[in-house]
Amino acid sequence: MTVANTISRAEVGASPRRPPPAQESGAVHWLKKNLFSSPFNTAMTLLALWALFVTLPDVIAWAFLDAIWRTDDPAACRAAAGACWAVITEKHRVILFGTFPYEEHWRGTLAIVAIVGMAIISAFKRFWSAWLFGAWLAAIGIVLVLLLGGVFGLTPTGTHQWGGLPLTLLMFVGTVVGGMPAAVLLALGRRSSLPAIKALCVGFIEVVRGVPLITVLFMASLMFPLFMPEGMTIDKFLRAQIGMILFFAAYAAEIVRGGLQAIPRGQYEAADALGLSYRQKTGRIILPQALKIVLPALMNDIIRAFKNTTFVSIIGLFDVLGATATALEDPRWVLYAQEAYIFIFVLYFAFCYSMSKYSEHIERDLSKGRNL
Amino acid sequence: MTTPPAQIQEAIVELRGVNKWFDAFHVLRDIDLTVGRGEKVVVCGPSGSGKSTMIRCINRLEEHQEGDIIVDGTALVADMRAIEEIRRRVGMVFQSFNLFPHLSVIENLTLGPILVNEMPQDEAEAEAMSLLKRVRIPDQAWKYPGQLSGGQQQRVAIARALMLKPKVMLFDEPTSALDPEMINEVLDVMIELADDGMTMICVTHEMGFARKVADLVVFMDDGEIVEAAAPEPFFDQPENERTKLFLSQILH
Repeated sequence: MTVANTISRAEVGASPRRPPPAQESGAVHWLKKNLFSSPFNTAMTLLALWALFVTLPDVIAWAFLDAIWRTDDPAACRAAAGACWAVITEKHRVILFGTFPYEEHWRGTLAIVAIVGMAIISAFKRFWSAWLFGAWLAAIGIVLVLLLGGVFGLTPTGTHQWGGLPLTLLMFVGTVVGGMPAAVLLALGRRSSLPAIKALCVGFIEVVRGVPLITVLFMASLMFPLFMPEGMTIDKFLRAQIGMILFFAAYAAEIVRGGLQAIPRGQYEAADALGLSYRQKTGRIILPQALKIVLPALMNDIIRAFKNTTFVSIIGLFDVLGATATALEDPRWVLYAQEAYIFIFVLYFAFCYSMSKYSEHIERDLSKGRNL
Repeated sequence: MTTPPAQIQEAIVELRGVNKWFDAFHVLRDIDLTVGRGEKVVVCGPSGSGKSTMIRCINRLEEHQEGDIIVDGTALVADMRAIEEIRRRVGMVFQSFNLFPHLSVIENLTLGPILVNEMPQDEAEAEAMSLLKRVRIPDQAWKYPGQLSGGQQQRVAIARALMLKPKVMLFDEPTSALDPEMINEVLDVMIELADDGMTMICVTHEMGFARKVADLVVFMDDGEIVEAAAPEPFFDQPENERTKLFLSQILH
């Protein structure tokens, strides 16, 4: 049934399936594409190369060639033109463990190993379950035993003696492990249909988000004891820990709430239609999906919580940064603060960058396969 | 039309004088509907007519303000226990499937019985496999919903609803979100279910399905039941002008 004067037509049939056309590759192609693709890019590349050429030799000479790596005599450092890394080899015990008794440092080392080990285990998706949360609680218990002593023949060491990396890591882990469940409860509470619970959660979140972390810590360390009954005191570390948990929980609650809002209504309805209770629906259907969605944003907050532990030095707890400042009070080494702080920079960067890379990886991993 | 079972006829779902408002908007007006055990009711009508809202009231996904809804002898009241009890006796299939995307197909099926009836996991899995065979996708059991076609997902959803051995199945436009070539695989499963004697209330525009299985076809418009009849008189001699207009629009 051809119509007399149409020009629309189509060819029927095709050649068999074949692979895509070959793409250019190799180092020269990469350079051309990424560094010299336009006059502006070429100029920027040359400028960057020039800047490196000018600065890099000096940096290398200072940091490596002329550096003093190991000496117990600061005079040797003064004589040298380069960096004095010896300050770290000399002071690393104080930097890492603060005022913790010298002969008990092995306990601090074990505490670090326990926490870092648990963090590595937690990175694997196949271990994600309620058990992992229990394992963290157990690990924190072990770390507390190691740091507090007083049992199994360990010398008692009070929290006032804690310091350095074990304190930083324990404060960080305590913040996340204590803060996440609180955040989930706050987020659920904020969406509750019961007005009193909703108001309480909204009030808490808004108040805590409305003040700086330092204020929360000062409140915890200075104001809080005033309200306590006579003779009753709460440990300073614990007070700071509670302050950190509340602060983290308020921020994380808002992130979790975002995830809850992203779950389609149909998921709630399907769970309801099966006759699941509120707890079953929330725990098995809604939260697993909501937390997966917000995991990258939560990781961002977790990284921030790690860095926020440095604030505790303001209320007299010696985290790894505070302990470094203490180490540098030694007049013999006070000139080499620069090198010590570069070490701290590298330490924090190593922790935060690995968490950040992990967050990137898990984000990619969760977005493929299952239609989430 | 299926032959009525030999046993004494009894109502399993009853709606008496049901009224519902969305804010000030009167969506359901004086709905009276009785569904007999083992019988199939097809509800049709233009969009916005209240048909979905009506069946969603039967398992309390929507709350009605006036009138009585009685399911299998239990009245729907604002008591969470009674509501959860009724929801266990009523299975529901949604237009958008609403499978749980973070769980595999078999986990979607076993979740309900394990949590609600405390069924042991191996028993629940055996039950799930036999239902997946019934809806003809046993080989997809360990996949995730996102890896299945729409038709397969909807068949999983039907199997999931059947896991709790419901006495009534509600279907809310089960084929409306499907690509045309997948509609029949879902309707075939529904027809088999009807032949097995399941009580079904089905909102659908699949008129061929209605003719084949329905005992009663209900036409709703503007929140009220406009016409209700057995399929043959309903399609061949509709009485109401609105029914005639609607049928002329969807039957071509």
